[in-house]
Amino acid sequence: MSTGHTHKLYRHGSSPVHRLPAHCKIVAVFAFVLVVVATPRAAVWAFGGYALLLVAVAVAARVPPGFWLRRMLIEVPFVAFAVLLPFVAEGPRVEWLGLSLSESGLWSAWNVLAKGTLGVAASVLLAATTEIRELLLGLERLGLPPLLVQIAAFMIRYLDVVADELRRMRIARASRGFTARGPRQWAVLAKSAGALFVRSYERGERVHLAMLSRGYTGTMPVIDRLTAGTAQWAGAAALPLAALVLCLLGWLL
Amino acid sequence: MHVPDGFFDAPVSLAAGAVAAGAVAVSLRGAKRELDDRLAPLAGLVAAFVFAVQMINFPVGAGTSGHLMGGALAAILVGPYTAVLCLSVVLLIQALLFADGGLTALGVNITLLGVVAVLVAYPLFRLLTKTLPRGRSSVGIAAFVAALVSVPAAAVAFTGLFAIGGTADVPLGRVLAAMVGVHAAIGLGEAAITAMTVGAVLAVRPDLVHGARDLRRPLVLRTTRTDAGVAAASAGVAAAGAEAAPADAVEAAGAAGAGRRSARPVWLAGLAASLLCAGVLSFYASQELDGLERVSTDHGIMEREREHDLADSPLADYELRDVDNGLLSGGTAGVLGVGATLAVGTGVLLLVRRRDRDRVPSATTTGAGPNGAGRESRGSDRGDSRSAPDAG
Repeated sequence: MSTGHTHKLYRHGSSPVHRLPAHCKIVAVFAFVLVVVATPRAAVWAFGGYALLLVAVAVAARVPPGFWLRRMLIEVPFVAFAVLLPFVAEGPRVEWLGLSLSESGLWSAWNVLAKGTLGVAASVLLAATTEIRELLLGLERLGLPPLLVQIAAFMIRYLDVVADELRRMRIARASRGFTARGPRQWAVLAKSAGALFVRSYERGERVHLAMLSRGYTGTMPVIDRLTAGTAQWAGAAALPLAALVLCLLGWLL
Repeated sequence: MHVPDGFFDAPVSLAAGAVAAGAVAVSLRGAKRELDDRLAPLAGLVAAFVFAVQMINFPVGAGTSGHLMGGALAAILVGPYTAVLCLSVVLLIQALLFADGGLTALGVNITLLGVVAVLVAYPLFRLLTKTLPRGRSSVGIAAFVAALVSVPAAAVAFTGLFAIGGTADVPLGRVLAAMVGVHAAIGLGEAAITAMTVGAVLAVRPDLVHGARDLRRPLVLRTTRTDAGVAAASAGVAAAGAEAAPADAVEAAGAAGAGRRSARPVWLAGLAASLLCAGVLSFYASQELDGLERVSTDHGIMEREREHDLADSPLADYELRDVDNGLLSGGTAGVLGVGATLAVGTGVLLLVRRRDRDRVPSATTTGAGPNGAGRESRGSDRGDSRSAPDAG
């Protein structure tokens, strides 16, 4: 395997956020996003408060803003969709710069954009401060079926291997003068996909045999069990609890 | 089509999460049955494949390109249970690590892209491969149609969820039209690529295509050994090795071949038909006397006839005593009769078969009975799926 010990999404550090046990962080992020989704869209200031909370976490975790914002670019295709909403939604319309926009459409677009962005920002922070291995251990600790965690672990472990295989195929195609222009070239790409499947599956069979020869019985040994003290849980709960206060205020005011 | 956070309200997100969790639990059980301890590495690698195949850009022309969603492809290649697991894991990792698709929308995404796509594509694929003539081109057509339908089906399911808990105020008809329209076009590309990819795998390793297991031909072993175990492992070898093989080995191979073509469908269909006739149709049978009874009554034989010894048995005259409803009484009596006949017949058959087996020398029968043959061939399939992929 050509990659290092950590994934490029992870940002090494030793901040208080990095040191929190993974399962506490997963619960915190999940609760936070749930609270955000449950907030009424008219409470605009509440979303500002959520953003400030996330910025505070990012500062505590010493995640550079550039890194954080660049990772959030994944949201772009979906922003394009949100921009369309004011044009297609119904209801009373408002004139703005000569465009006729639906008022409820504008609210919907704001709602989707604000909540989606906050969700992406929160998960980027989680991935940046937690190693993948710990993330998987945390998921298992939270009661995800061990078999599912094993599948996810194998997938992550071999993802770069399989993607590299794909890259080698692409280079081989290109060096033989192949360029994909339109549907006429699909057959070649589909054959690559087929070959990739056969190679992945056969690698899976070999991995299984190699594991059997090392004593695999269907379960992976747990080497380090994650534990969390009350203080750590309290630290992790600070984010969703603060968000919950904002959410309740948003409903009441 | 990864749904982000904030698109659906909290109750729908949670409900879809519960649906997804249930589907994953069912799939875990089903996939474990199919792959047992090979599940984790194989499903993991297949999930990595699905992840990677979503990165292949298929140019549509004019500078734009699309990519596979892979639900139908995974279902056809590795079976529905493993496919749901792989897609769920891919979506989970995409949401947690790559922030692609919202965390609260994870349940929605798994339900739409994993469960609905697979549940639509796979049964459709099986139905088509069963009805179309056997052959590779049929598998290709079936894969095409399955993928073509599965993508708009997911879009329809999305619209259904949107009707319950969508946050945007867009008229439902417009959502449906837009989603289905766009996804019908996407589905066309998905269908073409899925069919071609399945065809490519089928050409190289047909044994790896889960949806085309029926197309496997029996393995032909070219060997000089002619003991019953080898012969039983492949019925096809019987013809090739007939000259060299001793008579009893050929016989054993024949028995194995007969055992492999399972009689169960015939048996079940027969049972269903006789139960139907006895239980339901018998009521409509003539209540008149049958030929023999007619003649005897006409010629006064009946008067001398003695009542049958079992005339007051619970099932006498094809009616159940103490049950007044004619349909129920006649039907139940018929069903019980069929059951009794079946039991006696099967018992006699088993006795006869055991006597036959005892007569054949025991040395040649060890691996040659239908059960023995099944165990043999399955053993070789599990042992090395590359050299003996077709034996099961």
